[in-house]
Amino acid sequence: MPKKYHIPIKTAPPRFHPIGKYATVEFREDCAGSCKECVKKKCVYGIFKENYEHFSTMDEPVYLYTCKSCFRCVQECTRGIFSRVIDPDYRTLGDDYWSPDIINSLWYQAHTGKIPVSGAGYRGPFVGAGFDSMWTDMSEIVRPTRDGIHGREYINTSFELSRRTTPLVFNEDMTLASDVPSLLEIPVPLLFRLPTNLILNEKVLISAAKAAQVLGSLMLIRPQDCTEALHPYAKSLIPCLTCDNYKEYKELILKSRVVELADSPDIEKTINKIRVIKPEIFLIISIPMDADAKSHALKLAYTDVDTLHFFANEHGNELNTENPRFIKEMIREVHLELVDNSIRQKINLLFSGGIAMAEHMAKAIICGADGVIVDFPLLIALECRLCYRCRNDLPCPVKIDDQIDPEWGSQRMVNLIGAWHNQLIEVMGAMGIREARRLRGEVGRSMWFEDLEKENFGPIFGQRKIAGFI
Amino acid sequence: MSNIKNNFKLPEIVETPARFRNPIGKYTIRRNARCISCGLCAELCPYGVHPRYDNYSRPLRPKDYRCIGFKCKKNDFFCIDRCPEQALTLRRNPILDTLGDYRWTAEMLIGHWEMAEIGNSPVVDLEYNLGNSGGGFDKIRFKVPDPSDYLDLRDEDIDTSISLNKRGDGRPEKINSIPCYGGGMSYGSTALSVMVGRARAAKLLNTLTCTGEGGYPQELVPYADHVITQIATGLFGVREETILYTPMVEFKYAQGAKPGLGGHLLGDKVTPEVATMRETVAGNALFSPFPFHSVYSVEDHKKHVDWVKEINPKVLVSVKVSTPTDVDMVAVGSYHAGAHVIHLDGSYGGTGAAPDIAKKNIAMPIEYAIPKVHKFLQEEDIRDEICLIASGGIRNAMDVAKAIALGADGVVIGTAELVALECVRCGHCESGRGCARGIATTDHELGHIISENWATQRIVNMYMAWRKQWCEILRQYGLKSIRELVGRTDLIVHLDYLDELERAKYQPAPQEQLII
Repeated sequence: MPKKYHIPIKTAPPRFHPIGKYATVEFREDCAGSCKECVKKKCVYGIFKENYEHFSTMDEPVYLYTCKSCFRCVQECTRGIFSRVIDPDYRTLGDDYWSPDIINSLWYQAHTGKIPVSGAGYRGPFVGAGFDSMWTDMSEIVRPTRDGIHGREYINTSFELSRRTTPLVFNEDMTLASDVPSLLEIPVPLLFRLPTNLILNEKVLISAAKAAQVLGSLMLIRPQDCTEALHPYAKSLIPCLTCDNYKEYKELILKSRVVELADSPDIEKTINKIRVIKPEIFLIISIPMDADAKSHALKLAYTDVDTLHFFANEHGNELNTENPRFIKEMIREVHLELVDNSIRQKINLLFSGGIAMAEHMAKAIICGADGVIVDFPLLIALECRLCYRCRNDLPCPVKIDDQIDPEWGSQRMVNLIGAWHNQLIEVMGAMGIREARRLRGEVGRSMWFEDLEKENFGPIFGQRKIAGFI
Repeated sequence: MSNIKNNFKLPEIVETPARFRNPIGKYTIRRNARCISCGLCAELCPYGVHPRYDNYSRPLRPKDYRCIGFKCKKNDFFCIDRCPEQALTLRRNPILDTLGDYRWTAEMLIGHWEMAEIGNSPVVDLEYNLGNSGGGFDKIRFKVPDPSDYLDLRDEDIDTSISLNKRGDGRPEKINSIPCYGGGMSYGSTALSVMVGRARAAKLLNTLTCTGEGGYPQELVPYADHVITQIATGLFGVREETILYTPMVEFKYAQGAKPGLGGHLLGDKVTPEVATMRETVAGNALFSPFPFHSVYSVEDHKKHVDWVKEINPKVLVSVKVSTPTDVDMVAVGSYHAGAHVIHLDGSYGGTGAAPDIAKKNIAMPIEYAIPKVHKFLQEEDIRDEICLIASGGIRNAMDVAKAIALGADGVVIGTAELVALECVRCGHCESGRGCARGIATTDHELGHIISENWATQRIVNMYMAWRKQWCEILRQYGLKSIRELVGRTDLIVHLDYLDELERAKYQPAPQEQLII
């Protein structure tokens, strides 16, 4: 039996107490003192134990990050001395887009490698901006692998970074006349790129490169970051070059399987020159995701490149405009432009910016991406709180700026992607789709807010008078 | 009290307080050291916020969950102003920030706890009918009624019953006295006392509850006429006798909590009792595969339905499906396979543990699926022959009424019943020993902190409070029966589809940024 793709997940506990959502408040002046019914002793989850130890060492008490919010201490204390608040630190995590619950969930996945599971139904808003205004479809009876919970490993999540020749041409004797380019297949539909505006040191780079290697994925990297320490991972790195600096990195090009080149007006010349240096190299062109994205995509699709990478800002918004569109709409635009011109099949599309959860990966592919690029979540896997203190040269509260252990760091990233991969399989399984490549642009396997409203509420309530979601 | 349709006597409401010493309320009252224990507050408050005993003169902690809050200020018994020592302070309970979520807000939870306690609409000013989700039911309102339509009928004379068999195929009609029945929660996922409590409540209310997939505990047999046997993909505990016991069999194809995915009972929850019931090994995680391995077409499905009908000539068949794009076709297929009830389970609901990604993203919310299926069944001219049941994110009495107005005959309730049993929706049903509040657990200690009687009465109370709200809605529109409300989309509006002026007539959708 051929080897199946497997992500080696192993628990990797956090080095610091993650910031929990809740904090208890005690009105200790009302405490009965030597109460035999003390709820702290009876906590089902034993969370007070640890706090008690903190008290005994006169240490700073930590917030109860493990509190599971069952309210039993609040409701059972004989004197009612407990109340709860949301941990003020929790509120300050991240920002509007990288919300505290996303960060917390990423921490959990990096720690355990497990899919976040909870009971009692969905608890969020009915609909939201961006990816939250679409749902994925399911099938009542079709299952991609006909063996239920088994056979998950037969669901293929790989995608390609290599271009395709279409159509194939055959000789008279039915041998292949077309020159078929070699294939570069990545088993998960994502690549890595560490954010350059957060902490980026050698240990972090090694952690990410190692994780990319373990996963069989690749990491985009600035050429100046490719230090000697990263040499063992050279096969998993994609140097990001420009038309101006590529000449300085000839050696790096020769060592790499793939390079990325920033788009520029005379890029075709550079493409040719790089092909001269290493003819078999796979080429990605990075293009800002702005109003010109689709015209650039069309132009570059006819050149000798393999993949186009469009980057949005860190919130997944369009660049260089006052009224940015979200990455979801931009993916549709670029993908459909290439479909309309019958060239989509030849080239691969990667998108980056604002990919924060596993569902974003699945939804980006449905919208028309081949794969996505993960950035902030890699740092969050290393316990980053997105406090942005590093941008002001202040020390990192979770010491990512210190010496982190790359073994631990890479395991956290592997765990995170392991959990994402499992979640992708869950939604693909529900959709009845066995190949991530077949999910690409398959909007028929999704349901969109505007369509559902129009189709189901339109006949009842008439014309919708409010634009947007709320 | 009698219900006109089948002369059924509605159950009694018995006040059933919280299990816990300190119930959570909307307001807090704190008494400071200035209190001289004069006892004036205790004399004044008609809601019993300030307890005092004849033989004990020291002040006691206020029962602040009963406090009606700032609206009391206008009363001459407002304790805060009347206290001679100004020893009392009233505040909105800050703990509310940590309770609830967009769909089940803190006030909706507290409102339902109160309904389950008193069997009536809450006395405290709570918004228990609208969530904060910003769409679907939370944006749908009943139209301002025409006062001349008002029917002066007593609650007892209003019919809230639904019929589950409309096919006229010689099988029993099966009338439920309320338009709701209990959703499937299996033995193993919930405590046995909860299951029995739900079944007893179903009997008292003349409706149904469902075994879920975990088998049919002997303790449910006395209530067998009110217990649906679920046949799900794992076929745990499905036997000939459990099909013979039941008035209705439910085929569970998919469930809203995890549409398109199988069930998973963690090993910790598979106690020896659960294992015996499911005919498996204790401590081993159990999977219910997805889908039915013997069903890959409507024809295959019909074969299943026929088997069940053959085994029990009186049984009705319900088909529970989730809400994919083609849910309308699935419904028609189920009808042609011989189902009496088509049960749509929307994606935002569910009680059991499920991957967060599935709960949020897979399949459409029930608000869209109901009108979609209702309309399609009408176009196919079979709407009058099938009972359309909706579930998944139906939280309160008004959601039930809205679902019916959108086109459902009735609904299935899961979460709200658990909330009546003081679920706080912490979501940790699955972890370790299970629910810390003793609801969704089979732990040898936690699984026994709820008594059957308590569970029964709390659920009865909640439904009786709901019934009062349905009766009021029906009276306002001059309807005598909830059956007349089915598909009356002319009676509802959606705020986003109204002009600004028109919209101002209705209560705005709550919009609060929450930390979830």
